[in-house]
Amino acid sequence: MSAAIVCKLEDVAVPSRRDSALTVIEGVNWEVRAGEFWIVGGVQGSRKSDFVFMLAGLTKPLRGCYELFEQDMGEHFGDEFLPNRLRTGMVFDDARLINGLTVAENVALPIRYHQNLTVEESASWVSALMKETDIVEFAQDMPSAVPRYWRVRTSLARALALRPEVLFLENPVRGMDARHTSWWAQFVTKLWRGHSLMAGKPMTIVASTDEFRPWRRSGAQFAELHGKQFFTRGTVAPEDEEIFAMNAEEQV
Amino acid sequence: MYMGQQPNGFVRALHPPFQPLRSCLSTFRAPARTFAPVEPGTASVPEITQRRTLLWRAPLPRSYINFVGRKILRLILTIQGLGAFALITLAVMITKFGASRRVILPLIRAELAKSGVRLFAMTMLVSVALGLIIIGQTVSLLQRVNANQFLGMVMASVVVRELGPLLTALIVLSRTGTANVIELGTARALGEVEALEALGIDPIHYLVVPRVVGMALGIFSLTIYLVIGALLSGYLWAFFQDVPLTPGEYFSQLTRSLDVTDFVVLASKSALFGVIIAVVTCYHGLAQPLRLEEVSGATVRAVAQSVIFCMALDAFFIVIYLVV
Repeated sequence: MSAAIVCKLEDVAVPSRRDSALTVIEGVNWEVRAGEFWIVGGVQGSRKSDFVFMLAGLTKPLRGCYELFEQDMGEHFGDEFLPNRLRTGMVFDDARLINGLTVAENVALPIRYHQNLTVEESASWVSALMKETDIVEFAQDMPSAVPRYWRVRTSLARALALRPEVLFLENPVRGMDARHTSWWAQFVTKLWRGHSLMAGKPMTIVASTDEFRPWRRSGAQFAELHGKQFFTRGTVAPEDEEIFAMNAEEQV
Repeated sequence: MYMGQQPNGFVRALHPPFQPLRSCLSTFRAPARTFAPVEPGTASVPEITQRRTLLWRAPLPRSYINFVGRKILRLILTIQGLGAFALITLAVMITKFGASRRVILPLIRAELAKSGVRLFAMTMLVSVALGLIIIGQTVSLLQRVNANQFLGMVMASVVVRELGPLLTALIVLSRTGTANVIELGTARALGEVEALEALGIDPIHYLVVPRVVGMALGIFSLTIYLVIGALLSGYLWAFFQDVPLTPGEYFSQLTRSLDVTDFVVLASKSALFGVIIAVVTCYHGLAQPLRLEEVSGATVRAVAQSVIFCMALDAFFIVIYLVV
């Protein structure tokens, strides 16, 4: 018996984040089932972020049908989507932490807000999240005082706070050095297979990336974006050089 | 080209709405150079006396009407946007009343501290100065007509009914309202609002509601302190100026001049000023997509509109006062 469909896209036109009337990717047909791990690659400017934003329910599809947890995202977009939104987590490539809160407060915010907890009541769970993502030393720092790599980890800890079933990652390893890239590849793979932090429950993960190389041995399925089109490539990651060459040809 | 407009760079560089006005003025000053070339025999130069009235009799140029029209349309759109934003905020306050109170209540307390407690010293300074200014001006006037018995009445009218709430609102607007727009505008520009939405947190509930409640309570409380401070300092300055008025007489004048309506109007006016400032500043910071370089412009617009709307509300209360 196959797993339930989490995301289903039929002839979807993806909007730009900045101009919601502008189509940036057209005719996407795709299914993501529970427990799958997808890496969506593309060169800079291939609109990966717009694609992930729409998948996470932050923008509305301009055409076609996009269902997330069997809910039509073209129609149910406001508060009625809230119960399903809490089943998803989103990690932004620029972290997008709340600048007026410390790192620990940022991690605690979703669980405190949705479960109406005090700081003390959420402290043990927040500590566990920060420990697993190695950000304990920044706990009392404001986001502006924390280097970008660690801010993105904070964004991951915050996204995991509500124990989501699906995790969307917007280009998490952009510009990172080998140490951080390796950490992300390993940690996300662990989350997909069932991390102890999530009580061993496997997650469904969709991540965008500039380069497939770091994710090659993760066991994920691969897809790519170029020329306003979406292509699935199966379990073998395309060569990054091939993607760059295709993009260069398109530009010529 | 407008009548009398010279085809040089200076005139072309003028802001379009002022071009016809400038051309009319130049007609008035230099008649020989003001008219566009005409075919001989098809027009006559008007007499000087006629020309003097030309400025007043000329129809309003089309570009000036466009300019005024654009301003009015923009004002209507702003009022519409602010109204919608205020209604959404009200709806969220009602539907999410009591939700996530362990997160929202500390935020309201923080806003109350920003819009109230931290401005207490400054407000008291302003209240002392206000007492001095009003007493200084009125004592000399009232002594001239031997009408010192009206000193308390003047203080009650000026401080309690008008200047107290308005000055407090301006203090809070300048110290907290501007900070609101900058904080929210920056948050919007840096994508924090999308982050809140991704976490299932309603940005209006988390960012706007605490500010509206905190600012309304803050301005209300500060107004009471400012009024008390100004009335007390007013008597102090009167005493220093040797006005023959005992404290008992002064306060009995005050109590005779005030009735229940004054306290109801004072409370509702000051709280509504807080709501207006919070809604306008949050609207300009949050309601539209902003880039970082646009935050300063949004701040200026928010301050100007807050002042205008507070004045309009004040005028509305005067009308109510006169009717009641």
